Amino acid sequence: MSTQHFPVSQHALEVQNVSLVYSTMDANIEALRNVSLKVDAGEFVSIVGPSGCGKSSLLRLVLGLEKVTGGGIVVAGHRVTGPSKQAGCVFQAPVLLPWRTIWDNVMLPLDILKIDKVAASERTSGLLEMAGLKGFEKRYPYELSGGMQQRAAIVRALVHDPSILMMDEPFAALDAMTRETITLELQRIWMESGKTLVFITHSISEAVFLSDRIIVMSARPGRVVGEFTNQFTRPRRFSDMASPEMSGMVEDIRKCLDQSSIVGSEATHV
Amino acid sequence: MSEKVMPEIFRKTTTPVWMRTRALGIMFRIGETLLYFFALILIWHIAIRIFDVQSYVFPSPLDVGREFYNGISSGLYLQHFWVTMAAVLSGFTIGGLSGLLLGILITTFPIVERVLYPYIVALQTMPKVAIAPLMVVWFGFGIQSKIVLVAIACMFPILINTIAGIRASDSDRIALVRALGGSEWQILRYIRLPSALPYIFAGLNTGIVLSVISEIVGEFVGARMGIGVLILQANFSLNLARVFSLIAVLSITGILLSAALRFIERRVCFWSGKSTR
Repeated sequence: MSTQHFPVSQHALEVQNVSLVYSTMDANIEALRNVSLKVDAGEFVSIVGPSGCGKSSLLRLVLGLEKVTGGGIVVAGHRVTGPSKQAGCVFQAPVLLPWRTIWDNVMLPLDILKIDKVAASERTSGLLEMAGLKGFEKRYPYELSGGMQQRAAIVRALVHDPSILMMDEPFAALDAMTRETITLELQRIWMESGKTLVFITHSISEAVFLSDRIIVMSARPGRVVGEFTNQFTRPRRFSDMASPEMSGMVEDIRKCLDQSSIVGSEATHV
Repeated sequence: MSEKVMPEIFRKTTTPVWMRTRALGIMFRIGETLLYFFALILIWHIAIRIFDVQSYVFPSPLDVGREFYNGISSGLYLQHFWVTMAAVLSGFTIGGLSGLLLGILITTFPIVERVLYPYIVALQTMPKVAIAPLMVVWFGFGIQSKIVLVAIACMFPILINTIAGIRASDSDRIALVRALGGSEWQILRYIRLPSALPYIFAGLNTGIVLSVISEIVGEFVGARMGIGVLILQANFSLNLARVFSLIAVLSITGILLSAALRFIERRVCFWSGKSTR
């Protein structure tokens, strides 16, 4: 498929100088200003920033749910012009359909993309097993815990084999205990699947723990104000967070965010 | 021998404990309802006796029971009942389907709402009794005029609920389909319509009751057969016991139709009211 298209980029995701302005009745709101970033294939990249920094807008742009007002986005060599099957997504809430069983829920993308479900069933079983949901295929979402529902949502995002997985604060609605468990599981699922993953979060430690690279964004208008690389060996454990590298990085990112918010607030006064 | 006895004892001691209490509970509740029902009948009977009310003014429960039995056993009631039911069910089906279809069209194409909706509301605000004679003029004394009347009457609540249900669909679920490049038709099929089902059933429940009412209104205005026709005839001959027994037939029909709908609803919308995010 990619051979038929002119390769625009070698990266799994490339955001090129993107800006986004929302027009309202009385003012233009600048959500993103000249955002550029690249994500390599198989990489785990987190985007952190204060609320209202345009993280979720950026995700909606990558998914093709909204259109950029400047610049461009390339996913797996294809310029994003609208929704595509190149990207899978996980939202804050699992958004499972209550009238479908877990199996039918994770198969939903195949229904929509009209992909042969019989051929994909073996792969889906494998994904469910990987997510620890084997044996729950015939259950309904309301019979599962919040953490299990979110894992089903992750399987659903992977089922059509997208080239990139976008996650928008996927654990924000979970309690602290479940959140820790599922964070470890996400690391494992990512390592086993070898997918490119873009993880949007407002938790610095979650970003540091999970990511190969952390991109820091400023408050509105959203800009990239810092980038950190975390080469700590995997699989990582929570005790590793106490190590000088990891804890130091958390501190550095926090400083970076604080500085950008000061600069940002000055900018608005001018 | 002892091996055969063992499982028997085992079964007796384990399973029935909760079942017995639950079955007893249900039987107790049914018994309670029946007890009050018979108490009411008894008070009715005694009141008629004490005040010596003539049966052409207010019939005694025994007279009503006799008429009910005679009507059923002679086959007269059933013969008319099927005519009424046929009109109710076909009118309800036609009205229900058109309400559903119009609801989908109105929520999908704004132009349909702008053009059609005023007429639908106007049709609805018209009293059904007022248009019933028109229907008889246009569609005759046969079953057709009653079917049209029933369809018009039950369409509106189903339409309104379909619109409300489709509009209440969760935006995250729609975004999920949209992010995969899903079409509007797919959004309707996989998200909007299933989300709207509990609303649609609420509309169907209102619609079925309205169907029975408008069918009888239609039969009063002009018909050859049906329970409504029997009620009119019995009323003219001052056979109030028969009127009462026919009203009982209608009540039982209404209760059964509504219960059947609720049974289907529980099967189809089993997920409704259970929390999932």
